[in-house]
Amino acid sequence: MKPQFLVHDEHDSVGVAVVDIKAGEKIAGSCLETGKVISLESKDPVPLGHKVALKDIKEGEDVVKYGVVIGKAKQTIKAGQHAHVHNVRSNRWQNVKI
Amino acid sequence: MSKYKFLGYRRENGSVAARNHVAIIPVDDLSNSAAEGVASLVNGTLPLPHAYGRLQFGADLELFFDTMIGTGRNPNVAAAVVICIEPKWADKVAEGIAKTGKPVEVFSIEKSGDLKTIEKASRAAKGLVQKVSELKREEIDVADAVISTKCGESDTTSGLGANPTVGKVFERLVAAGGTVMFGETSELTGGEQIVADRMKNPELRKKFLDIFNDYNAMIEAQGSDLLGSQPTQGNIAGGLTTIEEKAMGNIQKIGKLKVDGVLSPAEAPHGKGLHFMDTSSAAAEAVTLFAAGGAIAHLFPTGQGNIIGNPVVPVIKLTANPNTAATMSEHIDVSVEKVLTLEQTLDQAGDALMDMLLRTLSGRLTAAEVLRHKEFVLTKLYRSA
Repeated sequence: MKPQFLVHDEHDSVGVAVVDIKAGEKIAGSCLETGKVISLESKDPVPLGHKVALKDIKEGEDVVKYGVVIGKAKQTIKAGQHAHVHNVRSNRWQNVKI
Repeated sequence: MSKYKFLGYRRENGSVAARNHVAIIPVDDLSNSAAEGVASLVNGTLPLPHAYGRLQFGADLELFFDTMIGTGRNPNVAAAVVICIEPKWADKVAEGIAKTGKPVEVFSIEKSGDLKTIEKASRAAKGLVQKVSELKREEIDVADAVISTKCGESDTTSGLGANPTVGKVFERLVAAGGTVMFGETSELTGGEQIVADRMKNPELRKKFLDIFNDYNAMIEAQGSDLLGSQPTQGNIAGGLTTIEEKAMGNIQKIGKLKVDGVLSPAEAPHGKGLHFMDTSSAAAEAVTLFAAGGAIAHLFPTGQGNIIGNPVVPVIKLTANPNTAATMSEHIDVSVEKVLTLEQTLDQAGDALMDMLLRTLSGRLTAAEVLRHKEFVLTKLYRSA
């Protein structure tokens, strides 16, 4: 199988598109750590290198990649949606306005 | 003895080199013109023009000298011609370089002017070029080499493919008894505890965290638009969302290694193994500092396509991004894009990069060298007096 996305760690809530994904596609990816195959339906176009949510992530909830927290959801992100700067922000440098 | 060998130059002080440059080093901005004058007359010389060297003071001046002297001391420099407006600083830089045992000639412009200086320096440079042109490459164990890494224009493919490929090569170099360096202090933000946990002892851990906290405090004191620049626009276009995500990708470059040393900017490692150097995350500044610390080759993973080179050190580019490998192929030395399609394992990607590293150390020119990328950029700590 050529994966459409890859997942660093089994605890990750996002995967990385390794091809350009269109909205409404049935997509399958592989966990690099365990080899486990994950399938879902994309809800947004996700360009190569961008992240797709693997599960519903509520507003304020941590976003996990590499098995560690890489930020939090600015708004609820549904499984299959594009997760990026429009709906995820850093937990660092909180004193800096954006 | 490791199984990884290359054909390189062995210098007077036992250090090993991948290149055989005769560097023409201006100690200040005013001397750039004379240095470039010499380089235009004498084939086989490498001028290192830069923007600074006047009225610097304190720690900024010390870093300036460490960088200029360190660059001249780099084993890839076989011999050096130092040119300065005034004799005192010329001698300081020349003496620092000459401690390695390599030939150094020194000239000052005051009381002679550019043209006489260029003539005298050119005659000296001609002799040095002919002398070093007779040096022969010999078989050298990679255990004697110093290699650095820093990534640029990263995207999520860096964390998936290119950076862990460097991690595999770094693990092999350290296992072979080699010396490797990484840095990018501010871009470890979000992964700094993971790096701190890799420090071999509590003293190193404290030294690293003090450097990290100082750097971040400096940035936050300035940082009204920090989140506008980190991740960079290029990073964001490539799919990286937060500094924490960028940091996690970044630290894949050190594989599973422990850290044996923590270095100031431009400081040479004191022993074998993996060393963290306090550097900016700007590509040319960081690579210039690693070169001043003695790196003889640099591994540079990129996602969206950073095209940096360095005058003294061959910079090897690798990418896992198939779009970058296709659209910017002239800048890429090693493509590991098949890691993304699971057609290549990270170990196989590591084999490909190690092969390219050994060929480059043996004389193969990198894409950046062929395309004349010679970014020599000094780190400035604050403005001059």
